[in-house]
Amino acid sequence: MSEKPQVKSSPSFFNNPRNRSIIYQLLLLFGLGYFFYSIISNTLANMEARGIQSGYDFLFNTAGFDILMSLIPYDATNTYGRTFIVGLLNTVLVSIIGIILSTIVGFIMGVAHFSHNLLIRKLATAYVETFRNIPLLLQIFFWYFAVLAALPSARQSMSLGEVIFLNVRGLYFPGLTPEGGASVVYAAIAAAIIGIFVLKRWAKKRQDDTGQQFPVLWVSLGMLFGLPLLALIVMGFPFAWDIPYLKGFNFRGGVTVIPELMALALALTVYTGAFIAEAVRAGIQAVPHGQTEAARSIGLKEGKIMKLIIVPQAMRVIVPLLNSEYQSLVKNSTLATAIGYPDLFTVFVGTTLNQTGQAIEIVFMTMAVYFVVNMTISFLMNRLNSSVALTER
Amino acid sequence: MKRLTSVIATGLALGLSFGAQAGTLEDVQKRGSVSCGVSTGLAGFSQKDENGTWSGLDVDVCRSVAAAVLGDASKVQYKPLTAKERFTALQSGEIDILSRNTTWTHTRDTSLGLNFAGVNYYDGQGFMVSKDLGVSSALDLDGAAVCIQAGTTTELNLADYFRANGITYNAITFDTSDQTRAGFESGRCDVLTSDQSQLYALRIGLKDPSSAMVLPEVISKEPLGPVVRQGDDQWFNIVKWSVYAMVEAEFMGINSANADQAKSQGNPGQQRLMGVDTDSGEKMGISNDWAYNIVKQVGNYGESFERNVGQGSPLKISRGLNAQWNKGGIMYSSPVR
Repeated sequence: MSEKPQVKSSPSFFNNPRNRSIIYQLLLLFGLGYFFYSIISNTLANMEARGIQSGYDFLFNTAGFDILMSLIPYDATNTYGRTFIVGLLNTVLVSIIGIILSTIVGFIMGVAHFSHNLLIRKLATAYVETFRNIPLLLQIFFWYFAVLAALPSARQSMSLGEVIFLNVRGLYFPGLTPEGGASVVYAAIAAAIIGIFVLKRWAKKRQDDTGQQFPVLWVSLGMLFGLPLLALIVMGFPFAWDIPYLKGFNFRGGVTVIPELMALALALTVYTGAFIAEAVRAGIQAVPHGQTEAARSIGLKEGKIMKLIIVPQAMRVIVPLLNSEYQSLVKNSTLATAIGYPDLFTVFVGTTLNQTGQAIEIVFMTMAVYFVVNMTISFLMNRLNSSVALTER
Repeated sequence: MKRLTSVIATGLALGLSFGAQAGTLEDVQKRGSVSCGVSTGLAGFSQKDENGTWSGLDVDVCRSVAAAVLGDASKVQYKPLTAKERFTALQSGEIDILSRNTTWTHTRDTSLGLNFAGVNYYDGQGFMVSKDLGVSSALDLDGAAVCIQAGTTTELNLADYFRANGITYNAITFDTSDQTRAGFESGRCDVLTSDQSQLYALRIGLKDPSSAMVLPEVISKEPLGPVVRQGDDQWFNIVKWSVYAMVEAEFMGINSANADQAKSQGNPGQQRLMGVDTDSGEKMGISNDWAYNIVKQVGNYGESFERNVGQGSPLKISRGLNAQWNKGGIMYSSPVR
């Protein structure tokens, strides 16, 4: 019997599944590339045909307009590029304030949902149901116009000890101007923070080794306030008070929190806080009740149960939810434009765009900023998430 | 590299549509209406009444173009725009004319791909303050909070003026003029600054108009006029001459009441404007009685002025600079011949 030699028949080039899939992908890539190319070249050609300027040279031209609030020195003689930075910093400021405050509000309200006190429990439910069901824009208008209208004029300001003032123009409180020796105080603050970390590690090691506990919280607080205070006394208070005073129409000096910032931060906090409260509630409810019972049975106190058993497990559910809430908050901050808070959107996409007319470049830069900011939040939250995630051994 | 970045930027931010090439006249005739960008509501210039009918000095420009092109002043689609949106709307072809108290400046004329087709109101920037502030001049405003509308020339003039005079101020920038008024009324700012015509319009919108006053200083030149896209000269001409025709009609003494008479038995100049024995319309691609339609349906410039912002309106603005050149103003039309 003669056997035919087994020829390993290789399929033709086009029937080879590997080749095929590569070809398809190349075709798709080519198609997509052509799609974008034609759109882009079309737009550029149209803009050129209509005599619309393009490019980023405008960033170096003088802006010529003023901005209500800036974290860096800015006046009308600066460039459009600087208006971008000013707007960006204002956006970051309101976002950070909003994220911190909404987290605090959200956690308190989320935990309050499990209170044994009926009133507190109902209050938490009412808060969540009210504020997450009203459009954010309306809330911003409410805080701005309703609250603004309730505040007195500059000349009839409410004041606290003649150093802190509140009126329709904002909240004014004394600023500190550092003098010689102020750096010692800053160093003391830094030393306290480093000290707390060291203390925490030492206390943990000691507990692991000996089982003895150490009152870390109280000692930390003592260090945080005690060290700078000591430095202040030793250096003879190396700061000058800059107390706001009424001159002409408005207060001068000190630190001013403009009502636009207050209204926006408040609205973002209250609105996002309601969603975070729900996330916290979900996280806590996700921890089986058996865990609490088991913890009780080994004699842990209620406070310790919350801190050591419930919260670490709840965080696994809460953190991914928080991530998207924070990102929404940053994006929602663009509603600032409704009340004139000078955030990136108001300043850059608003005034700068209108003065230069370079819509495409400016919108692109702004989109890129929100993208980068949100990616950063996402990155940080993912880091946090992996630190609280279940470690499988 | 620069080209590459702008290519990428453009690709990722396709805000503009690709319609609207030359041939706006054809588009308008095919559509049967003129698409006109106006303000979101500014007394005297472009405002909507309770029936949804638009009126105002800027609206009359839209109506006169519709009368010239389509023979019917009512065939206008109005698009209310904020100051920030207006140029993009025109560039992208969403509207055919922008007639929205827009100041003619060099930057806008040369870098936005737009052309200003004339001036229908000579304005200047001023300040409105609350009377109990006790201020009589803008120079007393050191440290004041100023409410202002975003994306306007006003923002730039304000910075220039205060800097030139060494006065400090806080600018509170809002999106619409209604919001600036709300800010002014709530006491957020001491001063509201805008073009003077707008100040009068905003003032009568206050709960108590007599509580506020307009300061005497006029700190800028603000020639307001309609804008069209660059590169469509035919349409540019039509809009330009529609504005001129209203001014010229007033100069010649033709108004909506006597337009028929002027057409049939006026002097040669009047008859020519009214479309008798002339090809003035054909040269622009429209009918020869274009100016007759404008005057008959919309009125001459003086009528439009008095009806919308002058003595026949709550604003009661006097003609001032906007009077005919031979009556002490600077309104002057090139001859229609």
